[in-house]
Amino acid sequence: MTLTSTGTRQQINVRVANVTKKFDDVVAVDNLTLEITGGEFLSLLGPSGCGKTTTLRMLGGFEEPSAGSIYFGDRDVTNLPPHQRDVNTVFQSYALFPHLSVTDNIAFGLRRKGVSKSEAKLRVDEMLTLVDLEGRGERKPHQLSGGQQQRVALARALVNKPQLLLLDEPMSALDAKLRKTMQLELKRIQSQVGITFLYVTHDQEEAMTMSDRIVVMNRGRIEGLGSPRDVYEQPSTEFVATFLGASNLVAATLERGTGDVALAHHAHGTFRSPAHRLPPGLTGAVKCGVRPEKIQIRALGDRVAADENSLTGRVLISTFMGVGNQYVVAAPQGEEFVVYAQNSGQTHAPRSGEEVLLTWPVEHSFVVQPSGDQSPEGESS
Amino acid sequence: MRSTRGRWLGLYSWLLLAYLLVPIIGMVFFSFNDVLAGRPQVSFQWNGGTLRWYRELTQIVGLPESFWLSIRLAVASTIVATIVGTLLALALVRYEGKKFRGRRIVDQTLFMNIAAPEIVMGASLLGMFASYHIARGFTTLLISHAVFSLAYVTVTVRARLQGFDRHLEEAAGDLGSTPLTTFRLVTLPMIMPGVLAGAMMAFALSLDDFVVSNFVAGTTLPFPVWVYGATRMGVPPQVFVFGTLIFLLGAAAAIGSLVMSRRGMKRT
Repeated sequence: MTLTSTGTRQQINVRVANVTKKFDDVVAVDNLTLEITGGEFLSLLGPSGCGKTTTLRMLGGFEEPSAGSIYFGDRDVTNLPPHQRDVNTVFQSYALFPHLSVTDNIAFGLRRKGVSKSEAKLRVDEMLTLVDLEGRGERKPHQLSGGQQQRVALARALVNKPQLLLLDEPMSALDAKLRKTMQLELKRIQSQVGITFLYVTHDQEEAMTMSDRIVVMNRGRIEGLGSPRDVYEQPSTEFVATFLGASNLVAATLERGTGDVALAHHAHGTFRSPAHRLPPGLTGAVKCGVRPEKIQIRALGDRVAADENSLTGRVLISTFMGVGNQYVVAAPQGEEFVVYAQNSGQTHAPRSGEEVLLTWPVEHSFVVQPSGDQSPEGESS
Repeated sequence: MRSTRGRWLGLYSWLLLAYLLVPIIGMVFFSFNDVLAGRPQVSFQWNGGTLRWYRELTQIVGLPESFWLSIRLAVASTIVATIVGTLLALALVRYEGKKFRGRRIVDQTLFMNIAAPEIVMGASLLGMFASYHIARGFTTLLISHAVFSLAYVTVTVRARLQGFDRHLEEAAGDLGSTPLTTFRLVTLPMIMPGVLAGAMMAFALSLDDFVVSNFVAGTTLPFPVWVYGATRMGVPPQVFVFGTLIFLLGAAAAIGSLVMSRRGMKRT
């Protein structure tokens, strides 16, 4: 919005309002509305083709929305070309200029803004320190490792102090170990510079590690939005429950009680779950779920506490995984429940074929709308 | 420790080089050949060495003028063909569908331009200039040479553009470059090897073109057309000297580009 007299930038909110993007007849982004708070680390998470990259490209100005508007603060930037937006991007391929040195790559944006050569050099050196690449300024991009190239790409974008930094799966080319290090590094840099980050990824772990908030997307729509913990613990749709981590889901009929507890009637009985966490407007046919690590596997006949849901079943598969055991337990009607038990050395470890009791706190039960009928006009292409 | 296959490959390579170079070496050699009696003209009987033809390079009426004309013509047509051809290559790679209707037709025309016999092109250009009453001379030569060089430039630059990462241009725009600045600072430097290769080809094509030039030259005779005319009276030895100079020029350009790309490879 405005620059203060000292030149420090006020953080602004970025608003995506009812944006739709069609490529010919394929809807990539479907009436998306999203507010990005100034200074936050927001991740767009979803499978490939869910519209997350298209959303990023519209924010960067590389694609024009078919409908809807994008605002930076109060300013409508929907149809502004990239070079007129105060946004910078870290591309998946890094897109470093191969014919320019690392220094010239990083100084590129500053030079376009008319910053003098000597001033640019100072700020580039600052950036090289920030991304831990001191003394590498004279090299050409191809003389650097993948991780170093990625940090140059980050520095090249950050040096311009944009209002919004877009990162398009920047770690997909790095090996797993380096990725872990870079995740922490990126989070450190983000809190240090205080710039709003929009991070696009299909890697749920990456999104959960770094983000203040996560947006889970599917088929061009937002399926879930919130802090990593909220989105994980209280998935809002069946898609979120299965895409983010694993979930055991049972088809059920919802009965909204009058008290704190809602009842989900299913083939083997009734699961209770906290009423205040029900997605608004949900009625009738639903799915009731619980995360595998929330379930306790116990001997048949153990006492069930008042605030627990329970189920009996037979162990089909028992897999030892070092840090824990994973069981597949068949309920009487044939549904399979996955249970994950930490290897704490104390719990009862049943064998295949054994009848067991599964219990979990009512608090960890959730109810979601089954996927597939999210919207009246829900089209799939 | 070289294998039999390696030896055969070496032999083959040297034979091929000899096949390509022997006529040129002959020309250079006989440019030093003296003439003993009669009108000075090229002969292939060795009469002793002399530098006379190099000293008397400009003594033949019409020959230096036609050589100079060929150089100017090659430079001008190269500039035109390189600019138009590069832009055409960009359009062909970047745009299709609604943005570039007729793309396929342009593509096919380019191919035909390369494949068509020169004599057909020369005759049709002559017909066109005649029907529009355009006087034959430098302008008609320039137009014609630019036309037949253009397709080669386009094909060369297009090959270079095919592997171009479009994200580079997006990144430049993202960092505040206007489209024109992006072209100057990112696109052009990256396709420069293709542009230079295309330009060199255009220059060479123009310099030694005879067929098309013969149709559209009128009384303005480029070097090859002049030499062809001279064969009826006997070719003066200076023609070999000019030929040698052209060869040296080409060799210098080739070695120069090799050295530059070597140095570029070391630096990057």
